[in-house]
Amino acid sequence: MTDALRAPNAAPAPSAAAGVATGEPLLSISQLTKYFPIRRGLFGREAGAVRAVDGVSLQVGRGETLGIVGESGCGKTTLGRCILRLIEPTSGQIHFDGIDVRALDPASMRRLRRRMQIIFQDPFSSLNPRMTVGAIVREGLTIHKLAAGAEADNRVRQLLEEVGLRPEYASRYPHEFSGGQRQRIGIARALAVEPELIVCDEPVSALDVSVQAQVINLLQDLQRDRGLTYLFIAHDLSVVEHIATRVSVMYLGKIVELASAADVYREPVMPYTQALLSAVPVPDPAASRERIVLTGDVPSPANPPSGCVFHPRCPHPAKDAACTVIVPPLEEKAPGHVAACIKQPPTTVPWHAQQQAGATRQPERHLPLAAITHGVSP
Amino acid sequence: MTSGVRQDVLLASSAPDGGGAFDRTGATSPWRSALGTLARDRSAMTGLAILAALALIALAAPYVAPYDPRAQPDIVALKYLPPTLAHPFGTDHLSRDVLSRIIVGSRVSLSVAFLSVVVAATVGTGYGAIAGYVGGKLDGLMMRVVDALLSIPRVLLLIAVATLWNGLELAGLVLLLGLTGWFGVSRLVRTLVLSAREDEFVTAARALGATHTRILTHHILPQVVSPVLVAATLAIGNVIVIEAGLTFLGMGVQPPNASWGSVFYDGMRDVGAAWWISISAGAALVITVLAVNLVADGLREALNARQLPAR
Amino acid sequence: MTQPALLTVSDLRTYFYTGAGVARAVDGVSFTIGTGETLGIVGESGCGKSVTALSILRLVQQPGRIEPGSRIMFENQDLLQLDGAGIRRVRGNRIAMIFQEPMTALNPVFTVGDQIAEVARVHASASRRAAWDRAVEMLTMVGIPAPAERANQYPHQLSGGMRQRVLIAMALIMNPALVIADEPTTALDVTIQAQILELLADLQQRLGTSIAMITHDLGVIAEVASRVLVMYGGEVVEEARVETLFTEPHHPYTEGLLHAMPRVGRRQERLAVIPGSVPPPTAWPTGCRFRDRCAYAWDRCAREHPPLYQIGVGHVSRCHLADEPERRTARATAQVSPAAQAAVPGGGA
Repeated sequence: MTDALRAPNAAPAPSAAAGVATGEPLLSISQLTKYFPIRRGLFGREAGAVRAVDGVSLQVGRGETLGIVGESGCGKTTLGRCILRLIEPTSGQIHFDGIDVRALDPASMRRLRRRMQIIFQDPFSSLNPRMTVGAIVREGLTIHKLAAGAEADNRVRQLLEEVGLRPEYASRYPHEFSGGQRQRIGIARALAVEPELIVCDEPVSALDVSVQAQVINLLQDLQRDRGLTYLFIAHDLSVVEHIATRVSVMYLGKIVELASAADVYREPVMPYTQALLSAVPVPDPAASRERIVLTGDVPSPANPPSGCVFHPRCPHPAKDAACTVIVPPLEEKAPGHVAACIKQPPTTVPWHAQQQAGATRQPERHLPLAAITHGVSP
Repeated sequence: MTSGVRQDVLLASSAPDGGGAFDRTGATSPWRSALGTLARDRSAMTGLAILAALALIALAAPYVAPYDPRAQPDIVALKYLPPTLAHPFGTDHLSRDVLSRIIVGSRVSLSVAFLSVVVAATVGTGYGAIAGYVGGKLDGLMMRVVDALLSIPRVLLLIAVATLWNGLELAGLVLLLGLTGWFGVSRLVRTLVLSAREDEFVTAARALGATHTRILTHHILPQVVSPVLVAATLAIGNVIVIEAGLTFLGMGVQPPNASWGSVFYDGMRDVGAAWWISISAGAALVITVLAVNLVADGLREALNARQLPAR
Repeated sequence: MTQPALLTVSDLRTYFYTGAGVARAVDGVSFTIGTGETLGIVGESGCGKSVTALSILRLVQQPGRIEPGSRIMFENQDLLQLDGAGIRRVRGNRIAMIFQEPMTALNPVFTVGDQIAEVARVHASASRRAAWDRAVEMLTMVGIPAPAERANQYPHQLSGGMRQRVLIAMALIMNPALVIADEPTTALDVTIQAQILELLADLQQRLGTSIAMITHDLGVIAEVASRVLVMYGGEVVEEARVETLFTEPHHPYTEGLLHAMPRVGRRQERLAVIPGSVPPPTAWPTGCRFRDRCAYAWDRCAREHPPLYQIGVGHVSRCHLADEPERRTARATAQVSPAAQAAVPGGGA
């Protein structure tokens, strides 16, 4: 549990939980890192690395939905794929139901895949255009020898019905379906092997609003009926708020804030989260138009800023030289609410340490969103 | 500005997206609709008809040929007869009927071409698939090998090997042509596999726990089939010409067996006196290669068109 | 509302003659845009909003065709009657367009400065030097740091947000009367989207340009538009001032869209859904095109194609409920059960 709080170079964190569900977590990762080498020249000399995922630790309890939000290039998709070892992580640990996932040989890994599945963003490229819907859904059954022959046909029909498609569609090809329907096919494929964990990688981003709601509701129904655990990756904060129990915010490969969905949306602590939330257009013309507009673009993950990776764009009034030096630990700011910012009290980085790093401004509480009403929390 | 680009986006987004498409009964497999497109392509169908006719003639050669292609009824009186009703393509220097020799020769020319392309496509696909799928250092090594082999001119290689063996059996010729013809295919396949490997549905199959064999056979190689088919069809025309060339140089099919190359060669002995011999063999060659290319173009059209809705 | 109309589109029909039949992508759309106004056009993919935008500048290509009878009046001329040279004088000059995908809308082999200057050279016959200076000036105006250096860079050297700023600079260089922005922020991250929306609003205020903002995002609409058209099935189904649309939507489709959106800060247990999906433009349903997805639909909706009913001042809706409002209240009371179930497209399960 404490691992979830421990950030790179941080002292052991206080033994408080960041809203972790009770009991043994289903998924626990610590210090997960993925560097993509940048090769240059004729012989592919390594000229640096893109730090796509940079020391991420988190835990996901059984039956919960952990949302991961962030903008493009923040590493959320890479994180999801590293957890499933679809991309081999550079370092760090992954434990799934107590199993050390990274230690598994290829055959054991293939067997474990039955228990952890993925749903993709793009409903067009994620289905093999040369296979019928039935064959696509059936593949997992065949691979894991869960069913064959008429029994498998029956299972496929049941699965299609479960995701809201007509069983007759089994003999059709993916190109005959709309985006929302194709997304349902992808969900049926994942469900076929009866997984416990599903990594949902932007599953509704490519869909229209009305269809998006259908798929979100379907995912929620399935979670309730089957006791699924979701890792829900998205850039759309409103979707994540709707579906997630806890939310973690990523920026440049790191988790910068992690708390229950209610806390993150009611009182975001990390200035990046604040800006991200305030940037979401509110479908209410009467809403106040105050927002924190960040300057500049996200820096390249091949060359992240020193210290706090957010410091070049950070609007926190107490930002100073220390922010460019000290890597902020992911530390508890309120019960069950962790964030990485040395200028938001309380912080485990003492003032004298900050001064040594050139600090000129005392940490001070900065919650600009409290002024902007985002509706009343339940 | 770039309204063309926008138009694609527009058509994609306004394309039939809803339920209407489901009212049709039965499913349209990508392969089946590709065949449908091909069937509507008039020039491809013409090419196919010509090839079918040629193949039939080759199969039935002993029955179709009006004379024994090796018979030399009267080397003096009947040599270099110009085309007549009895000998539509005339006779050659040994008084043999040219039409019969071309008909029988088509067996060699067509079968050598077809079989050697099958060999080349198989070896090339296997090699390229391994390089592309495994990737990394092995890929680099395997592709450097292909680069090296490609840098040797093929005809030179063929002549060298043919001279070394001093005349070849048919099987030898097929192997020789096949084993020197796969480099291009392997490069093509490797590129295709490299990109197919990154397809999201391939990732999905990996996530399901599919083995490498299954991923290759079910998800990656099916995508390679159509480009390889097109490339192979084009290669058939090429190999027919090479085989004729080898034979012409005396390194292919040995007399008294006939192939288009040997008939052409026979005609060249005295092309001034009997031009029709080489012209007939050349015409057979040109028509076949043309027909093959028509079919290849049609295939390319049909198969590409079907790949569109997949994106 | 009382501003003089800058653009008046009446009965616009754009059909695509495809192998699968005639796709009536835009089917009788009429609206106006006032001087200095921002009109939002909202709808889902396939509703015809993008084709409407392309039709205004006559950028629709084969097999698409703007049908006779359509009229697009702009600055006292019918754009559909202009010859090739005439419409080219309007494009990029009096009416400019901003596209969704800033990468594909820019030419990768020319510097961004060249591409912006090109517009000035074509329309104002400016000298090379003057056009370049103007381009740099425009880059400054759209908030690109170090504009003189950036002008010498190629599109791939810029981030997505920067590229969108370049497109905006390109659109505004001739000081057009109308800018058509087709999903200008859809490809961007939220924090960058916020920057771009802010920039557009700011520029509009300074330059007095009219904007047609085409988007699927009701949040964006609420932020920028003063008046909104909701499109569905190639038609305008509702038009209202933005406040009215969000507080008192009339058309069931608008209502559905508003309810289907998850909103930050307003967590609901379950999202309301619009069942099914948009029918293909080759086969719009008879009568009301929304009826097979509509919770209120009754027999009249299948029989009778609804006209645009007047609901209030500047508020119209293409729904027979305007004629029989009691049906809405009847339905609302009957709907206490959680009937808005996991909707199933095609009606299976």
